[in-house]
Amino acid sequence: MIRFQGVERRFGEVTALAGLDLEIDTGELIALLGPSGCGKTTALRILGGFDRPDAGRVLVGDKDVTNMPPNKRDMGMVFQAYSLFPNMDVRSNVAFGLRMRRQDKEKRLKRADELLELVGLTQTADRYPHQLSGGQQQRVAIARALAIEPTVLLLDEPLSALDARVRTQLRAEIRHLQQRLGITTLFVTHDQSEALSIADRVGVMQSGRLEQLDTPENVYRRPATQFVAEFVGAMNRLPGRIGDNGQVQVLGQRLSVLNPDGYTSGAAVHALLRPEVFAVVPDSAGPGEVTDRSFLGSTVRLEVTLDGGQKVLVESPSHDAGIAPGDRIALRILADSVIVAESHPEVAVRA
Amino acid sequence: MSFTGMGGFRAEELVGQELAGGPLPTAGVRARRRGRPRVWRVTIFVLAAIFFVGPLLAAFKFSLLQDNGHYGFANYGQILSNSAVRSSLTTSLEIAVITAAIVVILMLPTIVWVRLRQPKLTPVMELVTLLPIVIPPVVMAAGLEVLQEDAPQWMIKLVFNHPLTALTPFYAVLAMPFSYRAIDTGIRAIDLRTLVDASRNLGASWSSTLLRVILPNVQTAVLGAMFLTVALCLGEVVIASLLLYNTFPVEMVALRLQSHVGVSVALSMITLLFTFLLLFLLSFLAQRRHGAASVRVL
Repeated sequence: MIRFQGVERRFGEVTALAGLDLEIDTGELIALLGPSGCGKTTALRILGGFDRPDAGRVLVGDKDVTNMPPNKRDMGMVFQAYSLFPNMDVRSNVAFGLRMRRQDKEKRLKRADELLELVGLTQTADRYPHQLSGGQQQRVAIARALAIEPTVLLLDEPLSALDARVRTQLRAEIRHLQQRLGITTLFVTHDQSEALSIADRVGVMQSGRLEQLDTPENVYRRPATQFVAEFVGAMNRLPGRIGDNGQVQVLGQRLSVLNPDGYTSGAAVHALLRPEVFAVVPDSAGPGEVTDRSFLGSTVRLEVTLDGGQKVLVESPSHDAGIAPGDRIALRILADSVIVAESHPEVAVRA
Repeated sequence: MSFTGMGGFRAEELVGQELAGGPLPTAGVRARRRGRPRVWRVTIFVLAAIFFVGPLLAAFKFSLLQDNGHYGFANYGQILSNSAVRSSLTTSLEIAVITAAIVVILMLPTIVWVRLRQPKLTPVMELVTLLPIVIPPVVMAAGLEVLQEDAPQWMIKLVFNHPLTALTPFYAVLAMPFSYRAIDTGIRAIDLRTLVDASRNLGASWSSTLLRVILPNVQTAVLGAMFLTVALCLGEVVIASLLLYNTFPVEMVALRLQSHVGVSVALSMITLLFTFLLLFLLSFLAQRRHGAASVRVL
């Protein structure tokens, strides 16, 4: 179990972490997600020992490691930038951590070969880092981090320098390895699909604070705050009014409100709705017109302009979307509950 | 599969078109464009060669001229038999090697520390390391002389009695403008922070990180700094002669004053050859690093 307790870190005027509390269970993979500057990398660097907090502490098990130097922490880290040592071949890179632990040569090279087999790179053992592709380099970096049998694996946006296909593939491999070895992992990323697909729990951060820590499904479907709702996935803001029974009326439909606190009956709000919760039906007397259409393969993304000028982003399965720009349509909301936010009329659609 | 097949075919077709039609006219234009500059380039190269190699050849010829008017290697033979030259050469080589080592031991960790922890100090470093060029060596020698005069007995015994202990610190300072820039360039070329973080994360201490990770990756830059320092130590004459130490360059001047001009010039030739060898070694090592890497690709 890893615990951040009230961890604060400031860089001059900028507050990178404003009292972070976070618990990571043993064997769990937590992804920290947020825009750049939200403090996610600072949190990771503090756990790795590369940075020290101004206040608060970090515990691994019951041990306070706040002031422990990185070389004593037994944590494997994979970096965003390619971090293999250019002067060593792949095998020596993987064996480096064991060499620092004074394990004898034969043993550590054998272990390095085992790990290279684990990441499927046995044939590259004698090559040098510059002879490998980006994906291979990051795989070796993962093998190197795992070679020391770390208590925690730290992943600092390890996939962001790779192309889309390798990224998806390696993402799955990392998750598979992590589950197979049961290693506690902290994964930092700004890519929401990465975070949602890989993690047991996702922590969404903003301005040095954890906005929500929950399963990927809940972060997406039941965002705790407006920031989480709008940062993770595309989101429509549709004007509505809170009714007497605590429901909100949007596009003529009544939906229950997930976050009713602070909103009084009759208040004008914005309902936050994902593009995929709408069903569109061609209807010449419907209240909206399709103004743009992009085909995304499995889905079609439509921009619908309602008669009042309000734009709605809709994503529907591509097989039943024979709708072209200029068509009149009717919209129906498929969800029965919704999160609401204060009215900010200037922001209508946020993709 | 069929898509990749088509893609490959089209790519080959394009390459084929380029090979058939593209390069020919371009090559002709290039040749015409190149024509005149090439004449200039060759002319300048020849003039520069005459300018630089001419005096060297003349000096070499002069060094072969013996007292009896014939040509031979007598002057070079005298260098070996002259014990004063031999001992001054030993002293200078000792000074050079130890200074080069001191320079690296001080400079490399300092630059790493500034880059990682105090990047704001970089302009200060630039300025401080330039001081030895700004302040004339004569001024430093004068300062050292004053220090020598007022120095307590133990310091004279410990430091000033031998050129090695007296001159090494000053040469290390004199070499700063070159050594700092050489090593700093090497450090800038690697992703220092990531490499250091990775190494520390894997359990390496600071000293292991410096020796096993940073040093091998800035090896060429460090060698460059060391060779420049060695060249400086083998050529510095002002401070050494003002402070009356008998180093190799001082001995060279002394020989000339004693009208052993031939021997003195022969010595210059050897020094020059030595420096050339160092530089060749450096570029050879730099190339071997790249060469080895590309050989291993195959």
